[in-house]
Parts: sequence; C-alpha cells; structure tokens
Amino acid sequence: MTDRILVNITVNGMVYERWIEPRLHLGDFLREELGLKGTHLGCEHGVCGACTVVVDDEIVRSCLTLAVQADGAMVETIEGKSESGAIRDLQDAFLERNALQCGFCTAGLLLTADALLQAEPEADRARIREHISGNYCRCTGYHAVVDAIETVGERRRAGARGAQP
Amino acid sequence: MNSITPRAATVEKIVGRAVPRPNARRLVEGRGTYVDDVELPRMVHVAYLRSPHAHARILRIDAAAALDMPGVVAIVDGRQLAEICAPFVGALSHLAGMRSPPQHAMAVDRACWQGEAVVAVVAQTRAQAEDAMQAVEVTWEVLPAVTRMDTALDPGTPVIHPELGDNLCFHREVDSGGVDDAFAAADVVVEETYDFGRHTGVTLEPRSILADYNPAERRLTVHHSHQAPHMMGDLYARLMGILEADVRVLCKDVGGSFGIKVHAYADDFATVALSVLLGRPVKFVADRLESFVTDIHAREHRVKARLALTRDGRFLAFDIADLTGIGPYSMYPRTSAVEGNQVINLCGGPYDHPHYRATLDVVFQNKVQTSQYRGVGHPIACAVTEGIVDLAAATLGMDPLELRRRNLMADDSFPRKGASGILLESLSHQRCLARLEEMVDFPALRREQAELRAKGIHRGIGIAVLIELTNPGAAFYGTGGARIASQDGATVRLDPTGIVHCASGVGEQGQGTETIFAQIVADEVGVPMDRVRVLTGDTAATPYGGGTWASRGAGIGGEAVLQASRQLRANLLEFAAVHLGLPVERLRIAGGSVIDTAEGVALMDLAELGSLAHFRPDLLPAGFQPELVVTRHYAQRDYPFIFTNGIQVSHVEVDVETGVVTLLKHWVVEDCGRVLNPLLVDEQIRGAVMQGLGGVLFEECLYDENGVMRNGSMADYLVPMAGEMPDIEVAHVETPTRSSELGAKGAGEAGTAGAPAAVMNAINDALRPFAVRLTAQPITPEKILHALHPHLAG
Amino acid sequence: MKAPPFAYRRVDSVAAAAALLREHGDEARLIAGGQTLLATLGMRLSEPSLLIDIRGITEMQGIAVADGHLRIGALARHVDVERSALVARHLPLLSLAAPHIAHAAIRNRGTFGGSIAFADPAAEWPACTVAADGALTLSDGTRSRTVAATDFFLGLYQTALRPDELITAVQFPLPGPQRRFAFTELARRHGDYATVGVALAGDVTDGRLDNPRIVYFGIGGTPVRARAAEAALAGGRAEPAALDRAVAELGGELAPAGDLYAAAATKLHLAGVLLRRGIQSLMAEDVQS
Repeated sequence: MTDRILVNITVNGMVYERWIEPRLHLGDFLREELGLKGTHLGCEHGVCGACTVVVDDEIVRSCLTLAVQADGAMVETIEGKSESGAIRDLQDAFLERNALQCGFCTAGLLLTADALLQAEPEADRARIREHISGNYCRCTGYHAVVDAIETVGERRRAGARGAQP
Repeated sequence: MNSITPRAATVEKIVGRAVPRPNARRLVEGRGTYVDDVELPRMVHVAYLRSPHAHARILRIDAAAALDMPGVVAIVDGRQLAEICAPFVGALSHLAGMRSPPQHAMAVDRACWQGEAVVAVVAQTRAQAEDAMQAVEVTWEVLPAVTRMDTALDPGTPVIHPELGDNLCFHREVDSGGVDDAFAAADVVVEETYDFGRHTGVTLEPRSILADYNPAERRLTVHHSHQAPHMMGDLYARLMGILEADVRVLCKDVGGSFGIKVHAYADDFATVALSVLLGRPVKFVADRLESFVTDIHAREHRVKARLALTRDGRFLAFDIADLTGIGPYSMYPRTSAVEGNQVINLCGGPYDHPHYRATLDVVFQNKVQTSQYRGVGHPIACAVTEGIVDLAAATLGMDPLELRRRNLMADDSFPRKGASGILLESLSHQRCLARLEEMVDFPALRREQAELRAKGIHRGIGIAVLIELTNPGAAFYGTGGARIASQDGATVRLDPTGIVHCASGVGEQGQGTETIFAQIVADEVGVPMDRVRVLTGDTAATPYGGGTWASRGAGIGGEAVLQASRQLRANLLEFAAVHLGLPVERLRIAGGSVIDTAEGVALMDLAELGSLAHFRPDLLPAGFQPELVVTRHYAQRDYPFIFTNGIQVSHVEVDVETGVVTLLKHWVVEDCGRVLNPLLVDEQIRGAVMQGLGGVLFEECLYDENGVMRNGSMADYLVPMAGEMPDIEVAHVETPTRSSELGAKGAGEAGTAGAPAAVMNAINDALRPFAVRLTAQPITPEKILHALHPHLAG
Repeated sequence: MKAPPFAYRRVDSVAAAAALLREHGDEARLIAGGQTLLATLGMRLSEPSLLIDIRGITEMQGIAVADGHLRIGALARHVDVERSALVARHLPLLSLAAPHIAHAAIRNRGTFGGSIAFADPAAEWPACTVAADGALTLSDGTRSRTVAATDFFLGLYQTALRPDELITAVQFPLPGPQRRFAFTELARRHGDYATVGVALAGDVTDGRLDNPRIVYFGIGGTPVRARAAEAALAGGRAEPAALDRAVAELGGELAPAGDLYAAAATKLHLAGVLLRRGIQSLMAEDVQS
C-alpha cells in the first residue's frame, strides 16, 4: 500500500515524471529528487517559512505539501524565479539594503514578498510586517527586509504608472 | 605603458563606505551551499535516538528488529563509539576550581538530559533512519532529575555526578574591598532580584555536519555548519587519534550561528566517529525538534543585586550574586562557566564606582547544556545593572538619564580599570549620551507619555547603557588551556591576472566578513574591490585562526588582512620599482595600477606585474624574486579584551488590560571603533537587538518538574517575528582602538546586550503609576497581568 | 523529521472517500490542505497507513449564496473565504477572522472544512461557525445530515462526525440587515493560535443589542458560547452595568484550561477584556450598515 506513485510535476517550466513515496513532502522532492537546493528546510513543521515555494501561482509551505499532492501542478522555486528574472527587483533591493545575512530564510522571504507586492504593491510597512510574519529570520531584525520590500513596492508602482498611456 | 591619468590618483577609501555584499548574490538566487546541500558518493544519514528522560540509566538496547529494516546500514551505541572517540571535559584551568565530568560522544550507561543521544541509527536516507529508530527498544531506569538551580546545591538534592560530591561546577568571588562599609555609609540602598529564562539560538539552518572519513588515506574531511573550523579540526584529530594534518574542515554557507555553532557538540563527535567506523560519508542534520533539546541553551540566571548611592545620586558600590544552571556537563571546549563569569565581571561596568563585590555559583542540572550564545552574559549584566540603576532613579525621584549622566565613566578617564577589575581601553559614554539626545526627543516623549497616561494609555521609555567585550586576547581561552586560537591569520596574494586573493581564518556566517576583508584589501593594496577575491571556511586553504566569536572577526581577522595587504603592497611596489628601474618612493598603487607619482600617470596594471612574475621571470634582474604571497597573523595583546560601549532606548506601550507589550521604536547609539561598513554594521546591530527583544519578551525554554522541555517546537518556542518587531534606528560614535592599525572593535553582540534592559526599563517606566516592577524575563503578558492583578496569580 | 510511510489515494466523490474510511477505519485519515496533519505526521505523532486526498471532490468546493443561505464548501481554502466578496457582503465575521489564521502561505492551502473537522479549540473557524449559527452538512456518501455547529463540537478534538463521514459544506443563514459582527483575539504573535479569542454577533437596532452571540475560542475544549453573558446583554444597550454583569457571568460559564503561556485565571480575565472590547466594537460598528 505504501508503494511509490508516479507523479508529473512541472518545476520551473520543466516537466518531471518521478515515482515517489507518498510521504515525501514537496520540499524534499525539490531538494532530493530534483537537486534544487535553493529551497531550505528550517523547521519541517510549517512555522518558519524558509521552505516557501510557489505552487500554481500561490505561495505554500513545501514542508506542508506532499509531493503527490503537487501532481499536475506548476511549481516555481527560487531557482526558477531567479533564472526568469521575475523577482530581480526584489533580489537587487535585498542586496542593496543588506536585507539578508546568512541567507537561509531569503528564498522564502523573497517569494513571500513577491506574492504580497503582486497583489498589493501599495502595502505599507505594517502590512508588509503582517504579511511576512510567517517567515522567520534570525539575523536581520526584519527592519532591512521591510525597507527592501517597501522600496520595491514603490518602484513597481512607479513602473506601473510609467507604463500607463 | 598606460599614459591615461587614473582617477585613482585621488582614490576614495572603500573602508568606511556602505558597500553591499558581493557574496550575497548567490544567496538571493538560491545558489548557496549549506551543509545539507552537499551530497557525496556512498553518503549515509544518521538519526540519533535521544533520551526521552532527563536522567535515566540505560538498562538494555535492543536493535535486532531495527537492523533488518530497509536501508539500515548500522546501529551503534555509546559504548561502541567510545572505542573510537575519546571522552572530553569542558573545563578551563584559569577558571580556578571548575570541574565537569568526562562526556562521551553518545551516552554510555546513563543519559543526563532529555535529548542526549543514546543510539545512532545509520541508513540510506534520513526517513529510513527514523523508521528504524522507532523499532529500537531501549529499557530505561528513570532516575531523579535535578531541574531547579536554586535547590541544586541543597543537601537533599540528588547529586548528578556522585564522584564530584555535589552539583557545583564553578564558584567565583570578586571583591574590590570596602563594599560592606560603602553600604553601611550609603544614603540610599536599593535591592532587587532579576530572573532570566533559559533561551536558545534557533539558527534557521539547524546544526549540520557531513563527515567523510577516507580509510584508504586515513584522511577526514568534515563539511560543517560552524564558526570555528580550525578548532574543530584540532578536536576531531585529538579525540579520534587522527593527525591534525589529515583533517580538513570546510564551512561554506552557514545558515546562522550566533554562538550556537561555535561549540563542539557530542553529536559532532558521534557523526565523525560513525564515519570513521563505517569508512564512508555520514550526514547529520538536526531536525527542529531535536535542535531544541540539543543546541546549547543559555541565560538561565537569577541575580540578586544591591546598589549603594549617595543622596545626590553618586554610585558607591554594587553587590551582586549570580546563580546559573548549566545542564549536566560543562560544554566542551569553551565551558559553561564563561557566561556567569562575564556577568560578574561586567555588572556596573559603565559606571564610575569605587567598590564592587560579586559571587557566582554555576550548578549542574539535568537539562540541556548551556554555553555561549550571542551576548554571553552581557544581556544579564546589562539588565541587572540598568534595572537597578532605574530603581535607584525612581527611589531618588531623579530622571533616569540624569542619574546615568552623573555616574558614567568620563570619556577622558581612559584607559582605566573598572571596579570589577576589567581593563577598559577607551570608551565614549558621554559622547554616546550626547548623540542619543540628538536622536531621541526625550522631552517630547515624556510629554506624550503624560498626555496619554491621562487617557489610560501607558507608554514607557527605557534606557540601557552597556559595555561589550570584543577583540579578545588569549585571556579568554588560551590561558585556560583550551586550544582556541585568539590570533587569526590572513594570506593575501596577487594572481597572474591582477586579482588579489585573500584567505582568512575568520569565516562568514552572513555578517559580511568577506566583504569587509575585500574592502580592506582593496584599500591597502590599492585595487578596486571587484579585483579582490576572499576565501574563508577551509582549514586546508586558510591560515590557522580562531574563527568567529566574541565579536572578533572584523577587529582581529580584519587587522591580519590589513597587515598582509600592506606587506603585499610593499612587495609589489618593490617589484615594480625593480622592473621599471624607478625609485620605489616615486611609485604607488591605486586603482589596480602602479602609478608614477611624479608624472601622475599609471605605469602598468597589476595584471602585467602578476603576469611578469608568474610567466616571465627571465625578464627580471638576476637574484630578484618577487614575493606575491604574504601571510600575516594578528593577536590582540594589549588588553585582555577591547571593550566597546553604547546606549539603547526602547519605547513601548503596555496594554494594562491584556499585558501585551507593543514595541514602538528602538534607538541605538553604538561605538564599535572604526566603522568599516555602515550598511553591514547597522544590520549586525539591528539583528542583535532583535535577539535581545526576543529574550526579554518572548523566548524561554520551559521545563516541567521532570526536566522535560515543554515547548520544544517552533510553534511553541516563541522567536520574534516581523509582526511584533519595531523599527530600529542606529547611530555611531567612533573611538578607534589603538591596539590595531585598523581601529575596528567588535559590533556583533552589543545589540543583544542592551535590548533586554532597555525594554524591561521601558515596561517598568510605563507601569510606574501602578507601583509594580517586572524583573523576570521574558516579561510575558501573563507576568504583567499578575503584577497588576495579584489575584490572577493565585 | 520525516513522516512515516503511508499509502495515498485520491478520490473524487464523497462516496469513495467514505468507502475507504469504512474499509480502513482508524488507519485512514482524510487529507485536504494538510496544514495541520502533515506537521503531526512529520513529528510521528500519528501514523495512519492511508491518506485519502479529498481535494478533488467537486461537490465540496465553492462559496455560493442560495436559498437564503451562504454555503461554504468544506474544501474552500482559508484564502478563498478571506477574499470572497460574497462572504464579505453577507457574513463579514469570517472576513474579519480570516487574517488571524496563521500566515498567507498556510491560508493558501488550509481548508475551511478541515479546520472545523480538526476542531482545534484555539482555531478561529469553529468559533465563527457557532457564532454565525452555521450548520454543517455531513455525509457518508449515501446519507447526508445537518448538524448545527453548536452541536458539532463535543470535546477536545471530539466532534459529531461519525467515522465514515465527511463535512461537505457549512451553511449559514443570511443575516438580516441589523446583524453585526465583531471578532477579536489575543495571540502572542501574529498568526499564532489564539491565547483567547471571541467571535461576536448581534442585531443592533437604534443602539439596542438583540440576539447576541458570544463565542470564545482558545479557552476550553471546544468553541464556548457564553449564553449567560449573552442574556445579560440581550435587549439592552450594552451600557457599563450590563457589560459588568456579562463579564461577571463569564466566571460561571467559562472553565478555561491553561496553556503554555496563560493560566486559566489569566484566560478568564482576558475573556472579560475581549468581551468589553468586542461588544464596544460591535455597537460602534457602522461600516456594515
């Protein structure tokens, strides 16, 4: 009964077919099966946010998602988001503002921040803090992270205004 | 020859500028390499079966069924590992009288805390190891557990290590003399007890190690998430009987450390011993639940403090008694007594007072081992000192800022000794106070406080002055017999392409170490920063050094980089002078080129020089050999430590109906000597402040009466998250240390040192109308409610 | 911290899920969002041999208004409820509560029905469902029954669900124009399970409060409706004396259990504070009208 199951998961635009154990969570699938080590496991019980990835355009905890439940889904990780340039502005802002130290939380924070700014580029500091309150960072004190996200929100709004006829 | 006049003639120094970290790009793109990302051929995974009891005898281990489970490679107990790995003792000889029994890589016969490893299950995958672990049966005889530190020394309390006679690990007294007389003569005496809950570091990347012993060449390679690779290499060699020369420790990206990863854990030795036993790579990555019961804890203290003053607010004497509980073994090799030792060295530290007395008792318990975690004693000493100073101010009816102003050591009084005997090189309390008053509009905050109080809104302002020891010399560990290097080394070389390569014994855990080293190299050799490459975290490729601890990376490691870079520049200038046939005094290096200062023109790029030396030595004069590699070491030997100082202010609002504390704002003025990179140092300070905020409001390792941790998960152990943290404003005063050319002091821990005191004082300031004081950290909503509504405490 | 081995089956009908539940009994667990279940599996706190993935059951999905009711399919995710214009319009209590549930990434997967079925005493949805007079549709694939939310939560993690039943949907009567709602909770950190929280509803007409509902969570084994406090406030204008009486009644009808960070007496005190604040917000609320 605990036999492996065939799944078909699109990760960063590539389709992967794998026979996997049902117990494998998506984070381990990405790391162990596909070698995508940019997704980090910080707690494996859904609290720290380090393992955040995007599934069908929404952020999820990859440690609280079974890989078999992602069968047929479109998954994006920090590797894919980096290569596509989709969050280049956030990555640049994190670097400029030194909004990361050890970097272990950073992928999860970037994807979480991007989800907020896509929906609410006007988010203020309080809203940013609320939205990222499920992403643990022990190094920064969050202040610089909030600064960086706020800056990108402003830039994206300015960009959107600039693009209007 | 290049005849373009380089802008480099007026090159601006890079040190001191807010340069972002070039090495962080890989981290924002998910391209870092943390230990768990490394996979090796034939690698297996270990999971440790850990004692569920705080204290228990191991009667029997039955692994027969587990051995047959899928993927299982080996199941090993503590006795088997003891044949490979020698026991170790966490004691330092300069902490006179300290004792701790030998500890093994895994428990032998007896487990002494909930979480101590008892059986190692090695399998092809971590999941298989965990599956098999469930099938291992251990028969226990549960023994009485010592959990409370205040009764640990009572005659009726069981003795954890009978051979020691009692549960005392270390006792020390400091006495300047005259304390009793000072208290007898004082106009005012204030007295209070401060409690500090155990907390732990919760690095987001758990402790991780991948040990790879190759029996064919008897060589050990260890990929380790660690702060002190050379120290670990030495320990592995000595405990396993391998030559140190055949041990290589690699620390690539480290996902947070904070002192949690500066220790030598029993798990580390066990994992390495398993690799030696099995002759193949063994990976151990602590999961979050086992991290809570194996990562060191810290800060379980109870401190009784008294302060004697004159009527006009002059401090006469501090009298301190610190009791701390450290678990069943003193942590190896830095010990578990240093934290308490620092508490009694540092209390009263910012102030000019003639008399000081302190006692310290360090006791064993059946709980997780405690040891050095960011701040190491400073958060406690600062909270005790600043707490009782605030109590004195309230007793005298004096403004707390004014009382501090009257007693802070004068900026022109250094170098000097503190009353506890500490040597202070050069501090700037008065300038920091002045800078703080520019930043924080105290009169406006006080007006607002009064107005809001009338409306039932209770805001408070809390001040904390601190000193922090950084840039330690050998006094910290070396003189006590621990092979922990206080010196550090840097090797700087010019490559044929004109790139300057720097290798340092101090590593990077995200502080920006590699960036500031590149800044220093760039300035001191005379190249743009993008022509510098920095390598750290590899004992095979970097000079021997102590690594990252006690806020020494920039000050010690940076000075070694500076010295090596200066010598390389001198070598390059000599080389260029010989090659060009010009007097060396006419040449300088800037912007990566050799410059003729007489003509103001660039004569040749360093790449040409590098290329010449490497590939065309035939063109050089006979007998001249350019030396393009320079190694320099630096040890700070002027003082035991180079102290820094700073002031923090916390502004809070206390909801007196719910006990909820809202952190409105936090201000920091910090003097870490020469600021090498304000962008990086400010974030070091902010991050450190937040760890202090966690300790004062949220974090505590809660234990039941049987010594079992009750909140060992991320859901239950409350680390600070973004929603509750304030914005933190940072300013600097710069008093460079004269003990080095670089002038940098440490900056990594002061934030953690001062934040708890500032918040505690702010809460008590807010609650002043209610005549209650909160002195037990973490100051939870429930504790505040209990103070305000004693009937709830029932 | 890896989950123990288990088998996994996807089903697309309630009948198929119920049949597997009957076949495997205690060995089987339903999984939808899995936001609680997967953490407990990783810790090996439970070891089912089979997970039945019910996310593909179409009849359990969607949020709709029909026949005077707001119907929330059990598989609606927290985020679906949070963003639903229908919910915001008809049952704003749920819109107020949703942001308190964990964090965005959790809300993207966790489900409304899953939270109710798990019945964590500190969770938001069970209390809201009681406060909004919700009724649960339970089905074993052949027979459905309706159970009022007040009758559903029996004890700590105990519900009226039979071993082979699923919650398929929750039905809420559409509130009248006078119905107002308030929601307030105390948590140590944003998104944490509540120390204490309260979901409030009442008809407010010209400053008079009728048919109040006061439902606590984080304070007992189940959502706790404070009926005596409701009675103390019903028909009045929530003046200070009535509020005092209502708060006093809480002592008699709430029997809080302490947790890691708040003892029973503390929780009772906080319940009183939240009642005053919640009622004040309920009476002052005018954005809904």
